[in-house]
Amino acid sequence: MTQTIIPVLPFNVNRVREDFPILAQKVHGKPLVYLDNAATTQKPQAVLDALAEYYTEHNANVHRAVHLLSERATRLHEEARTTVQRFLNAREAREVIWTRGTTEGINLVAQTYGRKNVGAGDEVIISAMEHHSNIVPWQMLCEEKGAILRVIAMNDDGELLLDEYEKLLGPRTKFVSVVHLSNALGTLNPVKRIIERAHEYGVPVLLDGAQAAYHVPLDVQELDCDFYAFSGHKLYGPTGIGVLYGKAELLDAMPPYQGGGDMIRSVTFEKTTYNVLPFKFEAGTPHIAGAIGLAAAINYITALGMDSIADHERDLLAYGTRALESVPGLRLVGTAREKASVLSFVLKDIHPYDLGVILDQQGVAIRTGHHCAQPVMDRFGIAATARASMACYNTREEIDVLVRGIHHAQKLLG
Amino acid sequence: MTTTTPEEQADDLVEGFELFDTWDDRYRFLIDLGRKLPPLTETEKSEVNRVHGCQSNVWIATRPQPETPEPVINFVGDSDSSLVKGLIAVLWRVCSGQPAEKIVSYDVEGLLDRLGLSQHLTMGRRNGLDEMVKRVKALAAKAESRNQ
Repeated sequence: MTQTIIPVLPFNVNRVREDFPILAQKVHGKPLVYLDNAATTQKPQAVLDALAEYYTEHNANVHRAVHLLSERATRLHEEARTTVQRFLNAREAREVIWTRGTTEGINLVAQTYGRKNVGAGDEVIISAMEHHSNIVPWQMLCEEKGAILRVIAMNDDGELLLDEYEKLLGPRTKFVSVVHLSNALGTLNPVKRIIERAHEYGVPVLLDGAQAAYHVPLDVQELDCDFYAFSGHKLYGPTGIGVLYGKAELLDAMPPYQGGGDMIRSVTFEKTTYNVLPFKFEAGTPHIAGAIGLAAAINYITALGMDSIADHERDLLAYGTRALESVPGLRLVGTAREKASVLSFVLKDIHPYDLGVILDQQGVAIRTGHHCAQPVMDRFGIAATARASMACYNTREEIDVLVRGIHHAQKLLG
Repeated sequence: MTTTTPEEQADDLVEGFELFDTWDDRYRFLIDLGRKLPPLTETEKSEVNRVHGCQSNVWIATRPQPETPEPVINFVGDSDSSLVKGLIAVLWRVCSGQPAEKIVSYDVEGLLDRLGLSQHLTMGRRNGLDEMVKRVKALAAKAESRNQ
């Protein structure tokens, strides 16, 4: 397959904003300032067009029929897989499994690789900054198997303690599953080192890439991770579509996840044989439009340039960090040296919920709460934070609006 | 606390709200209502009385009511969020001290809608408010069934 050459234009945030129709609206009479990107990102016109075009012109079920529409839908669906393969720099397209999202990808690995390879007394390692979706699937597995869940501790800045991690690794370790970029703290973890050390013990590693995939240029071969899970909707794509990357030799050896159509080779009442990769893990009609929409999103951000996006977001993070640090009574939660895109904070005497409501009145959308990472909140002795998270279309001016909104809330609620 | 009906109390609140032109002033009014709520005692602020929301917490405690011909619902509440506490104050003004039979059928959502605050009930799973409304209603239903 020949690589499509996409020209990279200089990054111009105002032009980028024009690609996202939703950003032009007003909320409560104020221009929308959307800073809840870690929850989900907005969709560029290219993705909206791809979805509309698919349903308007090509819709049919895939891998089933001989008619022209089905052939077109199948081709687009499989081209989307190849687009993801290139985006991740995976060796082969069959290493790309469609899922509903990161959560399903992690559950798939826990329920197939995990159930086959983790037994009583074995250990699974996660970290102290995991999202609930990278805790609970492993807890369920450990409960079922009588295995033990080990947790890599972190320091007060929200950085994992690698010395502690190395002490946890041992002959009983059967799996390591850690977050690439923390949704609650913004910490970018030293995943390459984490993977290297696990591999010294022959232990495979899954990276939860829900947050990282749209901020950090990815290369799964260079990282040498065994599994990588991410969601389409955080990567400017549709909801309900996600990707699990896995090394072919591991995926091949794994039992199927769900049974149904498309994942079989032949079925009799006595015996079913399973399809080859990637279809073995894709029971039922897939989210065809979602896959095509995700490919459109990947093409869109690839054209912007992942490095340009990362540079732009680094500038916003530095600017936002300085701006928030100047707010009296504000404390940033998550101050790791390696960070991306997330500003989590608490305000003295002001509940995050109240701040969120007052900011909403100013047109500013942030997230408040425990961010589905209650153990992270417990670690910092807080119940909730307010979180502003940036994407490629945010601007310094929007951070100024956020800061003015916080001052306003302090006056109103203080 | 009052002899007026829930409807009269609600009308008073809606009128009060309509005096303000901006949401800032309405929220300020709401926060002030919250500050005027009778405080919970230490024992009332117990784990049993706590309603977990994934953002803010609500405490709701019932207080015994002197013998009345009909069962009456008397409660106090608190929250770590000032705005949610203001919303509790709205419910307290309208519902506390009222006959159970009126509370069981009272349209809380309709009231918050009239005040332009129904978004907080929609978000109720997060702020504990809808669970609190359910507890007040369950209490009223229980008191009423005892009376029958």
